[in-house]
Amino acid sequence: MKPAPFEYVRPETLAEAVTALDHEDAKIIAGGQSLLPMMNFRLAQPERLVDINRIVELGQIEKTESGIRIGALVRHAEAARSDLLADHFPIIREAMPHVAHVAIRNRGTIAGSLCHADPAAEWPLLVTLLEGEIEILGGNGPRKAKPAEFFLAPLVTDIEETELVTGIYLPLPDAPCGMAFDEVAQRAGDFAVVAAGALVCVKGGQFAEVRLGLGGVFDTSVRGSALEKALTGKPATTEAIDSALPLAVEDLEPNDDLHASAAYRLSLVPVLARRVLTRAMKVAAT
Amino acid sequence: MTGKTHIYLTVNGETFDACVEPRMLAADFLRDELGLTGTHVGCEHGVCGTCTITLNGVSARSCLMLAVQLDGMDVQTVEGLGTMRKMHRIQEAFREHHALQCGFCTPGFLMTVHDILNTMPLRDDDEIRDALSGNICRCTGYEHIVKAVRTLVNERDGVQTP
Repeated sequence: MKPAPFEYVRPETLAEAVTALDHEDAKIIAGGQSLLPMMNFRLAQPERLVDINRIVELGQIEKTESGIRIGALVRHAEAARSDLLADHFPIIREAMPHVAHVAIRNRGTIAGSLCHADPAAEWPLLVTLLEGEIEILGGNGPRKAKPAEFFLAPLVTDIEETELVTGIYLPLPDAPCGMAFDEVAQRAGDFAVVAAGALVCVKGGQFAEVRLGLGGVFDTSVRGSALEKALTGKPATTEAIDSALPLAVEDLEPNDDLHASAAYRLSLVPVLARRVLTRAMKVAAT
Repeated sequence: MTGKTHIYLTVNGETFDACVEPRMLAADFLRDELGLTGTHVGCEHGVCGTCTITLNGVSARSCLMLAVQLDGMDVQTVEGLGTMRKMHRIQEAFREHHALQCGFCTPGFLMTVHDILNTMPLRDDDEIRDALSGNICRCTGYEHIVKAVRTLVNERDGVQTP
């Protein structure tokens, strides 16, 4: 239950971090809330640990003309506290209490959650729902990835060992909209059995835009595309939402595991989808 | 550097400098190098919460941090909370409400409560339970722990109770 020996490097700048990563079996440590348990169990035994906690520029939340950039090192607790984020994406403040426990939210980082890529985790779902971009830096310079390109499978992402995530960019929605988040977990702080988020824009009594994001029901966070398509343009009513709910489970392939059966997960999807869509619609209409 | 690394830190108001192997966990450093055995080690993978300390005022799991990462930090352990003769108000409340049995989980609970009293509204017992959900008590004395925290929240908020 102790980590195997490793070389420890603590870069102060992004350039130093990129150089430090250009090494056989180097691994980044940020909050360490997923990596250190794996190292304590020796499931992970990196030869070199690159600690990015001193890179100040990775800890910022900034507004740009068209969106908000959240630095890789921003902790879950900081994201929850940020009024700037809450003003534009209230769903983030709503979702954060579901991320693990107090002490873990104080240390765990956004990029750590994204790179760990648990299919039931909140940040992959939020980035998928909010159509964010993941900003990545490597020896060949910066690049951006959309969630569908970044999340490949459970715990597998499209990031090279020599690259690091520097932050995420969340574009502001085109029109005023409502957002809502909810999840079912066995205990407070556990990974979600199923998590759902919604973003809804209403114009002239009709759904101008509908987005549904789901976690825990597939290899990665997914969008309920069939439901989104069916609802767009329909009258913004609970009846319309109810009639579209069967589409929310289309193409989902959850797994049975220790926490829940695939059938139970599928049964939760319309329940949570209904809750978040209805709530987001009501917020959008006000 | 696989070799030892120099760290400077403050623990319970006292400054230390030490040389640590990078793989040494913060919990083991506090216990084995500084002799502060009040920080307990249970699961060593961030689940049980008994190793909770505060770093620059907010709670963290010391089994999920490396000692080298404490460099430059202001650390508080349960030893910094109060003494046998002069207990901290949180410790008093735990005693009044019988909020400990075997006591193994207690340091982690105390440090968590120290954090959440400062950072969370804790409007009702459900919120208290949620906020304490990262700490496990295998004597299952949760009811009394919640009562102790309720008392502390009431005192904090100036709420009179019969």
